[in-house]
Amino acid sequence: MTRSKTPKPDKRNGSISRRAALKGLGAVAGGTAALGLAPGFVRYIQVSAAEPIKIGFQAHRTGIGAAYGRWYERTTNAAVKLINEAGGIAGRPIELITEDDGTDPKRGAEVVEKFASQHQVDITFGTLFSHVVMGSAPRAGELKMPYYVVSEGHHVASGALNRYTFQPGITDVKAQVSSMAPWVAKNLGKKVTMIFPDYAFGYDHRDYFSAAIEKQGGEVVKLLPIPATETSYTKYFPQIPSDTEVLYHVMVGPGVLTFVKEMGEFYGSNRPQIFGFIDSLEAVDMASPGLEFLDGTYFWEAYPRYAQANQSGADKFYRAAVGVDANGASLEDAKDVSTYSHMFGCWETLYIIKEAVEASGYQSATDADKKKLIEATEAMSGWKEGNEHPQGDKTFSGQLHQCFGHQFISKVAGGKLEVVHRTEIADGTYEPETDYTKMAL
Amino acid sequence: MSLGPHLLLALMEGTVAAFVLALTALGLALVFGVMRIVNVAHGEFFMLGAVFAWTFAHLVGNPALGFLVAIVASPILVGGAALVIDRAILRRFNYQPEATIVATIGLLYIIQQLALEFYGPDARSVEAPINFRLQLPWFGYSGYKLVVAGISALLLLATWYGITRTKLGLVMRATQFDSETAQAFGIPVDRVYAAVFALGAMLAAIAGVLIVPIKQAYYMMGLEPLLLSFIVVIIGGLGSLRGAIIAAFVIGISDGVISVFFSPNLSKILATLLVALVLVFRPEGLFGGKAAR
Repeated sequence: MTRSKTPKPDKRNGSISRRAALKGLGAVAGGTAALGLAPGFVRYIQVSAAEPIKIGFQAHRTGIGAAYGRWYERTTNAAVKLINEAGGIAGRPIELITEDDGTDPKRGAEVVEKFASQHQVDITFGTLFSHVVMGSAPRAGELKMPYYVVSEGHHVASGALNRYTFQPGITDVKAQVSSMAPWVAKNLGKKVTMIFPDYAFGYDHRDYFSAAIEKQGGEVVKLLPIPATETSYTKYFPQIPSDTEVLYHVMVGPGVLTFVKEMGEFYGSNRPQIFGFIDSLEAVDMASPGLEFLDGTYFWEAYPRYAQANQSGADKFYRAAVGVDANGASLEDAKDVSTYSHMFGCWETLYIIKEAVEASGYQSATDADKKKLIEATEAMSGWKEGNEHPQGDKTFSGQLHQCFGHQFISKVAGGKLEVVHRTEIADGTYEPETDYTKMAL
Repeated sequence: MSLGPHLLLALMEGTVAAFVLALTALGLALVFGVMRIVNVAHGEFFMLGAVFAWTFAHLVGNPALGFLVAIVASPILVGGAALVIDRAILRRFNYQPEATIVATIGLLYIIQQLALEFYGPDARSVEAPINFRLQLPWFGYSGYKLVVAGISALLLLATWYGITRTKLGLVMRATQFDSETAQAFGIPVDRVYAAVFALGAMLAAIAGVLIVPIKQAYYMMGLEPLLLSFIVVIIGGLGSLRGAIIAAFVIGISDGVISVFFSPNLSKILATLLVALVLVFRPEGLFGGKAAR
């Protein structure tokens, strides 16, 4: 560098010295402590009936999960409003405290920490992206913070987490893909190429779908992991073997539309059968230009985005409450498409939290009360379809901390998704890999 | 897929990426070459170009017309922002290399957070102005990507012409060669700096406009072009425009070929390794001569 000038010493006039700053901070801290001790600021040990129950909502407001986060937040707010209107949880209103985790594991753990120490919430809930769950759950366990995630990853049921972490509102990937494999092998083909994200969530797909399709006499001919930071996908498609009968895709993050569009450019109408997880198109309008080639392909859905001919009363109720139209988009903006196959988990989880708190007689965030809450959640066995569980019946394993529900396979027809198959809950259940109830509280 | 078509696709992908990268990296190289400052916020100008492109496409409605408006108006807006930044920040630091690095790191975060605040956290798509698919016997390819390569080539030519054949270019080259002597000969160096900074930002913004129908406009999209531009500029030689363009093609095409035949991770590893080797054995870059004076 040629333009070298010696920097002038800092003049420091008018700047705050470190000592002054510390003094100021000390005064503020002291003042706060004094206020806490002063008469008139007595902290009630006994909770009154009307004192709110605080639920910390760990939301992906920014980062790669933002589209999911927006809809998780809308669904959560809708459910909280309904629960509060109906008298709250055990007569106490829910006070929802939302913090953005930036879809980032490190910040996720910090948010859990903040909920525990600053907001002093009773329960933390709502995390979706698997790497954020993996980053946050250990801290939740250390803090003895009941932590209800809505993530669909297999990490809860695999035994990788802890006794304080539950996933009662959405089926895990292992069960989802196990229940898909028989239908795929029977109706689409047996030679499968898999395209999936190159991290935990994608590995769940890779490991459990491969195993499940082999059970059906099929085989995975090629695995194509895509790095999380990838923004361009055409270069991967030539690696798909030409004898592939079924192309299985699952993708998440801001690049999903590019991914599906480039797949269409590559194949045009001359394509193998395509079976995707709707994750590849969550929050994306099916009518986006470049997606026409998807007509006649199939998607897994946890919960049909488009209102079907046999729409249940519960689905009507849930759609109206969250503000979603019959096409799965926002009532206010038809281009703002929801993450319909995931966000119902927030709604259902909140009702499960309500049930668990009420069954356990939970009062306040003491170790004894938390223990009761954990045990009451573990004691549950399932839920019936209804306004509180609009996605359908579910069974729940207290051992695994995981629920199991029906899954759907939909065909793209005329730019919409039509359900062609609904699995039985038993199709996805598997041998337990862990027993959380044996862990210490 | 057999080797021939496989290689063809790899080269097509690599070439399109290389053209866009060349535009972005040229902006960075220009700013470094003339002003001797490292603009860490360069990727954010790329992102702003894309975000404004979405805004114009959204306002206009018609994809082709929206694209035309965007490709003219986005770079002008971004160039205007760059002028303001030059006047309000860089000039006040007297273009000191160390101070401007820190200042542009700050700018990176400020611009990104402003985009997050006003544009939102979503990846939003823009419809391509032309929507045709090139069907080759072995695979299909996006016609728009070829258009991107074409427009980029024209812009690179125009920039080359501007720098080597116009008076403004002459003044810029004189400033790059020796800014003090240039000033002594009556060249308004301050204004040249402002113009160069705006031009560099505009090149990045145009690249952003071109890329947005392929990818989406997203507030964090500036990081990747920034890193790649740095790789290109270091390999090509800091400040060498010819080096930057050649390095962009080496990196772009080898990235295409290596990621199609082996793995995208390997191509990133090799590019980074190349940077390390260049820094060790030829710190001035492959084409960067020793600086004047």
